[in-house]
Parts: sequence; structure tokens; C-alpha cells
Amino acid sequence: MEFIIQNFFNLGIMQQAFPFLLRGFGMTLLLVVLVIPIGCMGGLTVALAGQAKSPVIRWATVVYVDFFRAFPPLVLLIFLFAGLPFAGIDLPNIASVAIAFLLNTSAYYGEVFRAGLESVGKGQTEAARSTGLSSLQTTAYVILPQAVRNVLPDLVSNTLEVAKLTSLASVVALPELLYSADMARSVTFNATPIVMAAGFYLVLLWPMVRLLSRLEHRAMASR
Amino acid sequence: MNPEITQWDRFLDSFFKLEVMAKYLPSIIDGFLLTCHLALLVVVTGLTLGLFLAIVRAYEFWLTSWLIAVFADVMRALPPLVFILLLYFGLPAVGISMSGYVVTWLTLALVLAAFSEEIFRAGILATPKGQWEAARSTGLNFGRTLAYVIMPQAIRMTVPPLTNRTIAITKNTALGTVVGVGEILNAATTAQSFSGNASPLVMGALGYLILFVPVVIFGRWVETRFAWQKQ
Repeated sequence: MEFIIQNFFNLGIMQQAFPFLLRGFGMTLLLVVLVIPIGCMGGLTVALAGQAKSPVIRWATVVYVDFFRAFPPLVLLIFLFAGLPFAGIDLPNIASVAIAFLLNTSAYYGEVFRAGLESVGKGQTEAARSTGLSSLQTTAYVILPQAVRNVLPDLVSNTLEVAKLTSLASVVALPELLYSADMARSVTFNATPIVMAAGFYLVLLWPMVRLLSRLEHRAMASR
Repeated sequence: MNPEITQWDRFLDSFFKLEVMAKYLPSIIDGFLLTCHLALLVVVTGLTLGLFLAIVRAYEFWLTSWLIAVFADVMRALPPLVFILLLYFGLPAVGISMSGYVVTWLTLALVLAAFSEEIFRAGILATPKGQWEAARSTGLNFGRTLAYVIMPQAIRMTVPPLTNRTIAITKNTALGTVVGVGEILNAATTAQSFSGNASPLVMGALGYLILFVPVVIFGRWVETRFAWQKQ
């Protein structure tokens, strides 16, 4: 028992590593508030493009979505980080992280929004247009609010996944929470910092998991 | 000399160099096969454990239910990479050393078990109460009611979310590269650093597309096939 506390819950190391991990946590939060909105916007654009009149655009969005859903995000990230310099493009690591996550999450959000848009009946569009709303107004004020409500569990679930995704940035040496923890681990030869990082992630994400569970049960029960 | 052509040549030379591709094809194929069986192992063990946990939880004994709920919440909230690093670098200190392959398998299987347990459970809870009452009143005991009446209905309901979740988690086999598992990504980055050329990365990317595009399309099909008809 003593041994386990020594190696996983070492108070001395916790004290030492805390400020360092806190800074990492700040970077993780920054990534979260950076990636989630741009992913959402990208996804919404993809979903709306999927309803375009032109079959070419519709087809292109399906290819885009399936392509990036088939690609593990870490592969995309490493590809950008290690591959692009060969093409003469040197991106700072936060830029490759942002681009990789935008491509990946916009595909997933796009799929969620598409399902949402499709779940709203055609009559809603027809009724809104016949009251004189423009097509843009119809989408913004009539269709989207209903669409979002219909796919809320999937939206929350996807957002949770995006938040967890930020941990991959550690692989390209972006000093977010997991990277800081792993640094501290390799300096102290002790796994306590990783346990602390797990604690930070739980504090951030457990409420979201609970919310998700509640929404999912409600959704499944109403089917 | 036309500068556009030389640029194009340089691009081809960096990303599609045939000699490099031919040289490292075998190691990428090895990585491909490793990814395949790691993914299969994760899917089979993860779903089995998830189903088992959901059934145990259906008995509603307070201690097991509570433990399973905590397990499911923690595994769903933690990024899998955190758990991989914890097992890989933490456990040797207490005398348990596991290879990167085992660590990756264990982590992803537990994550899949947590998510699938929640999905199965939602399916069980969503099955109307009348089904329980009718089955029990015909003399079936609790276990048989669950096995023959509830689960067949619950599982059908859970197929689309389960398929999507399973696909998303199997793609995480790429995380194994961080702890030295020689799967596709690892084979590709190793070859890239040996050859000083990006062609192996392109091959690795193609490997993932060959493996997962059919799976994603299958997921799409499942979603429409099992979609609950709107009344």
C-alpha cells in the first residue's frame, strides 16, 4: 500500500508538479475553446453544403466527411506535423494541431448536423418560406434550432470526444496537460504526475459525461 | 529550365518516391496486419465485457451497479492516451510490466467496454416495462426474461450508436505508436525517419484509408438499415 502511494499518489511530487501541470491545463483549456467552436462552424458548413442543389457539392461533402472519419486523428496530426515540412511548409505545432483537429472534428460535427437537419420535416421549410422568410432566415431561425435540439446528445458526445482529442497534441510536443504531466513523469521517474493529469481531465470532463448519460437515456427512451 | 516542373518533381520526389515506397512496403504491410488484429481483439473483448457489465448491472445489486457506473464514467471521461501512459509507465513501478501492445489493447478494450456498457444499458432501460411484466408473468425467471425477451429488443436498438462508437475506438489503435507498438503509423514514421522522405507517411495514410473507408461506409449502411422508423 505504502508502495502504491509512493509511486502513484506521492504528495511531495504532487506539490512540485502542480504549478507545471496547471499551466498545461491552461493550454488544454485554450485548445478546447479554440477547437470546439471552429470544429462546430466547420461542421455546420459541411452539413449545409451537404444540402446544396448541386450534386457535385453534395457528393464532395460526403467524400470529405467519410475521408476524415476514416483517418485516425493522430495519423492526420503526424502527417501534417512530419509530412508538410517536406513540401516546404513549416507549421508551428499549434497550427498543425488546429488544422488537424479542424479537419477531423468538422467531419464528425458535419455528420451530426446533417442528421439533425434531416430530422426536421420538409413542412417546416415550406411553412417558413411561405411566411416570407428568406432561405437563410428559414435555416437560421426555424430549421437549425429544431435540428440542434434533435441531435443534442450526439453534439454533446462529440464535444466530449473533441475535448479528449486535445490530449493528442502532446505527441507533437505542444505543452498541454498530458505533455506537461509526461515531462514531469520523466523528470521525477514517478507516475504521480500522470495520475494528477487524469484527475484534471476528470474534473473537466466528468460533468459532461453525466450530462451525456442523462441526454442519451432520454433520447433512447423516446424512440 | 521551367521552375514549375522542378517544383512538381520535388513534390513527387518527397511524397511519392517509388524506390522508398518499394523498400518500406513490407514493413507498412506488417503494420497493417498488426493494426487489423489489434483492432479485432479490441472489438471482440471490449464488446463482450461491455455486454457482460450491462447484464450484471441489470440485476441492480447496489455494490456492483455502483462500481460499474464509476468504471464507465471514468473510462469515458479520460482521454485514452492518459490511460495508456499510466499503464505503460506507471505499472512497472509496482512490478507489473506490460508490452505496448498489451497496454494499448487493454486500454481500448476497457474504453469500448465502458461506452458499450452504457449503450447496452440505455437499450435495456428503454425496453418498455410491459415487456418485463408480460415475460415474468408467463413464468420466465429474471435471467431468462433478460436473455430471451429484453436483450433481443435492446440490442437492436443499440446497433447504430454501438457501430459508430466501435469504429471510433478502433481507429485509436494508432495511439499504440506512442508506446512503441509497430502498427501502421509507427511503421510509417519509423520508415520516414530512416529514409528522410515523406513517401512512407503517404503509404501509411493509404493503409488507414484502405482499412477504414469500407468500415465507415458499413457504419453508414448500418445506420440506415437499423434506423427506427419514424411514426
